[in-house]
Amino acid sequence: MTVLRKIVPYPLLSLLILALWLALNNSIGPGQMLLGAVVAVLVTRLTAQFWTDRPKLVRPLLAIRLFLVVIIDILVANWKVAYRVVGPLDRLRADFVDIPLDIRDPFVATILGGIVSLTPGTVSVDIDRDRWTLKVHGLDIDDRDEMVRRIKARYEAPLREILSC
Amino acid sequence: MVEFGISLLVLLGAAFALLGSVGLARLPDIFTRLHGPTKATTLGVGALVTASMLHSLSSGGGLSLRELGITLFLFITAPVSAHMIAKAAAKSDK
Repeated sequence: MTVLRKIVPYPLLSLLILALWLALNNSIGPGQMLLGAVVAVLVTRLTAQFWTDRPKLVRPLLAIRLFLVVIIDILVANWKVAYRVVGPLDRLRADFVDIPLDIRDPFVATILGGIVSLTPGTVSVDIDRDRWTLKVHGLDIDDRDEMVRRIKARYEAPLREILSC
Repeated sequence: MVEFGISLLVLLGAAFALLGSVGLARLPDIFTRLHGPTKATTLGVGALVTASMLHSLSSGGGLSLRELGITLFLFITAPVSAHMIAKAAAKSDK
């Protein structure tokens, strides 16, 4: 087991890369399996020093729920932002908002930043690791406090539960 | 009927890719401009990729998972590049 652990230091990540390799090649033939396995092991070994200690995934079902929530938010927010992009630009209230974080883990904070950027209308600008705030740029902000509350309740709270941090 | 759905998805994807570009061209500064491309990559590519999977399924090509890989890559890389551009712009403003 320890020998195996040495050859494949990140088994889950390797599996994910293998699955991705097979998906991109649209084939589960033995040749692609072997090639994908070699790539999966090599990539994880070569990038090993970039991987910090990550918090454990403790609530996988909640993770799926959060994933669906993000997808739905992307669908809804896209329409709102599309409407603003073609509308009169001088009515936009674009501004920066600092969101105080409860997360104290750089990896999880990065995931939150990614979610914020993917949902249209907001782009993450900076993660301040001294004060633990996430600087966000909003395209059209109605109510700052409401936006902060929404991001914290909708994304940050479930993320903290999922990854126990 | 399936063809109709596929066409609708292709049109929707193209429309949002176009809207993303319109946003990039019309919006006044670098931060607001960043908002355009996030739309193109999320809903635009999402719709096109779904259309591609549906087409492959209905034309007897079997379930194609390649599209899911493309979506995953885009969803991981798009926010990172947007974040880096925004961060660089914010830092150079000071």
